[in-house]
Amino acid sequence: MTGNAFKVWALHLGVLAALLAAQFVLPAYHNGNLARIMVLAVYAMGFNIAFGYTGLLSLGHALFFGAGLYGMGMLVALAGWGAGAALTAGIAAGGAMALAVGLLALRTAGVSFMIVTLMFAQAGYLTILYYTPYTRGEEGIVIDRAARVLLGFDLSDDGVRYFAAFALFAAALLVKLALVRSPFGRVMVAMRENEERSRMLGYDPFRIKLAALVLSGIYAGAAGAAYGLLFGYVGASFASIQYSILPLLYVLLGGAGTVLGPFLGAALMFYLIDLASGITTAHLLVVGVALLVLVLFAPKGILGALRDRGLKWLP
Amino acid sequence: MDFGPFLLLALMEGLVTAAVLALTAVGLALVFGVMRVVNVAHGEFFMLGAVAAWFVTTWIPGPPAVGFIAALVLCPLLVASVAALADTLVLKRLNYDPDATIVATIGLLYILQQAALSLYGPDARPVEAPFTLRVQFPWFGYSGYKLAVIVAAALLLAGVWLLLARTKIGLVMRATQIDRETARAFGINVDRVYAGVFALGAGLAAVAAVLIVPIQQAHYLMGHDPLLLSFIVVIIGGLGSLRGTLVAALLIGLSDGVISVFFSPTLAKILATLFVALVLVFRPQGLMGRRAA
Repeated sequence: MTGNAFKVWALHLGVLAALLAAQFVLPAYHNGNLARIMVLAVYAMGFNIAFGYTGLLSLGHALFFGAGLYGMGMLVALAGWGAGAALTAGIAAGGAMALAVGLLALRTAGVSFMIVTLMFAQAGYLTILYYTPYTRGEEGIVIDRAARVLLGFDLSDDGVRYFAAFALFAAALLVKLALVRSPFGRVMVAMRENEERSRMLGYDPFRIKLAALVLSGIYAGAAGAAYGLLFGYVGASFASIQYSILPLLYVLLGGAGTVLGPFLGAALMFYLIDLASGITTAHLLVVGVALLVLVLFAPKGILGALRDRGLKWLP
Repeated sequence: MDFGPFLLLALMEGLVTAAVLALTAVGLALVFGVMRVVNVAHGEFFMLGAVAAWFVTTWIPGPPAVGFIAALVLCPLLVASVAALADTLVLKRLNYDPDATIVATIGLLYILQQAALSLYGPDARPVEAPFTLRVQFPWFGYSGYKLAVIVAAALLLAGVWLLLARTKIGLVMRATQIDRETARAFGINVDRVYAGVFALGAGLAAVAAVLIVPIQQAHYLMGHDPLLLSFIVVIIGGLGSLRGTLVAALLIGLSDGVISVFFSPTLAKILATLFVALVLVFRPQGLMGRRAA
């Protein structure tokens, strides 16, 4: 193992070990928060695969998160599926939705791609509201405690919930680390940096971008399905534009195109809003100002800036 | 009521929607056409205009018409200056990079929304119409104010067209749109043109909002729908094409009116958003645009 590879694995396994240990040290309030952050970080990691690595700025990822959330939730609430099967279906729904959107939206690029994804996501959100008799619209579906049992573990229990969130996060992080260090990961970056040159070298940009978007959708779907199961609630607000913007914010803050950036951004933003809501109710202002400050003064985010200043090995 | 009159009512409601939508969308189209900036905060400028109209009409005593006319003049000016400030402080410093400006205007959206929520509150509040007149048709009575909105919007749009096509200001704007560098070489202050265009776009949204606010109450989240519909209209019309924008506003406004009356407003919006996404995918230059954006 070369020096850099050792540093990379040591850093990421170290972060995972610290998160595992945090469960026994932190008070209950932060335990709950951290479980939520880890699930949201999986969502942001998915967004980062599309935006940070492949250069696809989508403004409609809430559609994939929502597909996972509702794919899982409606099967449990209406069809009486078990948690495991519904979770798998939710993940598949996220990927399938990304495939469908990608087949159409990837015919466009740049500003058009952003608006097309925004529009598809908005159509999805409105569709959830339109079918309120089944989806319960704004009010949402509460998943019964009895239905939230996975492989014999009761997910409504705080400790179990933390471990479930941790397991999902760890799997997502390690898969992503392997992905971005693989040849395919490098081709994704090539799409972001210079699509024409990669085409000249014989790669098919459409297929690579589609594959990246589907992966991204699978992450988002997994996060959505897990969020619904772990916190027992499925609501239309999770499919709204706000939930398309949140992962963008997390990724920009932590560092686009870094493996740990989404988690760092999600954690910082979560606690920033948490702290701010202790002082003022104006938490939208915090989000707005954070976006402006980031895009003006730190477009590469925290880990992106660190990578520029010496830590070149950071994946 | 028979089908015929019912359809007439739906079409008239659609025409009011189309009039206000055309004003808002032309503002968005101008900003995109000249500056190549996708302004996600456009709906918030609309909302700001409506909320400001509530403040102005509440503060100014006397008959409702006086306050309303004051609002019609003051609110767009106020919103335009907020927009000019945002352009100078934020967009200019980003060098109008497409990705960065979208993120920045999303930030602006949240800031403006929070400002409205904190200063104005979460309630929807009505503004009194400047006059109450009921136009009696053989089958139903209709609000005279709504008809006035259609006329006012048409006049304002004609004014915008005159400004662009017949004045020096319009000439400078079009020159900047076609080639920013050459315009600069000919001594045009491009920074000022950009600030002016951004302000004009926001001002148009604010005028539209002041016109609509006696029909639809002022609320801090009201910018959402106009933003979405304006996006739809601007894209269907062809990004940056003003004539296309007007035709699309009419098309979307009327179909929105008809589908909303006969089916449901949500269905109307779902169909419109899907339609626009497909237009962008299969005909990226828009229905009336000439070349790819």
